[in-house]
Amino acid sequence: MTGGSETGGRVDSPAHIPEPLFSEIVAAVGGARPSEFRGQQRIVVPPERIYDALAVLRDRYGFDMLVDITCVDYLNYRGATDRFGLVYVLTNTEQNKRLVIRCYVNDPNPAVRSVVPLFEAANWLEREVWDMFGIRFEGHPDLRRILLPEEFTAHPLRKDYPLQGRGERHNFPVITRESG
Amino acid sequence: MAVNELPDNVAITNLDQLVSWCRKNSLWPMPFATACCGIELMATGASRHDIARFGAEVFRFSPRQCDLMIVAGRVVMKMLPVLQRIWQQMLEPKWCISMGACASTGGVFDTYCVVQGIDRFIPVDMYVPGCPPRPEQLLQAVMDLQAKIQREGTVFGREFAGEKAQQPKRALRENP
Repeated sequence: MTGGSETGGRVDSPAHIPEPLFSEIVAAVGGARPSEFRGQQRIVVPPERIYDALAVLRDRYGFDMLVDITCVDYLNYRGATDRFGLVYVLTNTEQNKRLVIRCYVNDPNPAVRSVVPLFEAANWLEREVWDMFGIRFEGHPDLRRILLPEEFTAHPLRKDYPLQGRGERHNFPVITRESG
Repeated sequence: MAVNELPDNVAITNLDQLVSWCRKNSLWPMPFATACCGIELMATGASRHDIARFGAEVFRFSPRQCDLMIVAGRVVMKMLPVLQRIWQQMLEPKWCISMGACASTGGVFDTYCVVQGIDRFIPVDMYVPGCPPRPEQLLQAVMDLQAKIQREGTVFGREFAGEKAQQPKRALRENP
């Protein structure tokens, strides 16, 4: 998969986690393939461990803020072995450290455990990922669409969804002068 | 007294012409501004361009008080039912200006969620090209609409009842 070996230009960022601590975090979350790109550090964890990994990071390492959850569809991506890559961006607001946790899920039924019990901010972020990519978050309190209309049936940021849609944008009644 | 000897300040016309003259000089716009065209729409209402010169300065944010809808900006598929509802809430007679490339054709936003021209779903009287159009272009559309109202307007809105008025301007089909 992506990541692993590439390192971008070294950036002396205050958000950079120094080395003995970073290795300790990788071991603590049961992660693999730690990587770095332009000072941004990433750890890949298995999807079934994502909840425990974020719990450890929040409680033991002070990553108390969930900045973002998003997703990448690697369909037809060169060298990709998994379909969807989930991205969790965490911040330690005490020490100003940042960390990206990734996990990969696949068809059929791509799903991970919801982290709403850990971070309230995950509620809408997970709903957005569900809306756009169709990743199911087990245990989410209210997993509804957040941006698209409720009657929408597809997950449009998947790469196999056509750019111009499947006719959803034209599925409306026409109002004429007489009927309006 | 012969007809050609009218006293001063007296004119003979028919009722349709008189009513249309009143209507065209008191258009009350409904600003349905969703994007950058809305900024130009505001500039049109401001003092430099001053849409009040055409009797159309009374922007109302309630559709019940409007008779000219100016759709300025792209309309996404989640917004279209709102647009249609607001159009239906406006009192007759009513007109619609589709301002800018996005409202008229979808513009550069040829994606699953953007409606490719509001004229597919509601009646449109005037189109204003541009991205966004200059305020002068919008004023020209208002003037053209005034000319159209004067030319076709009737007291009871017969011009809206004909079969031609019911047809959508463009065929409803998806590009391959």
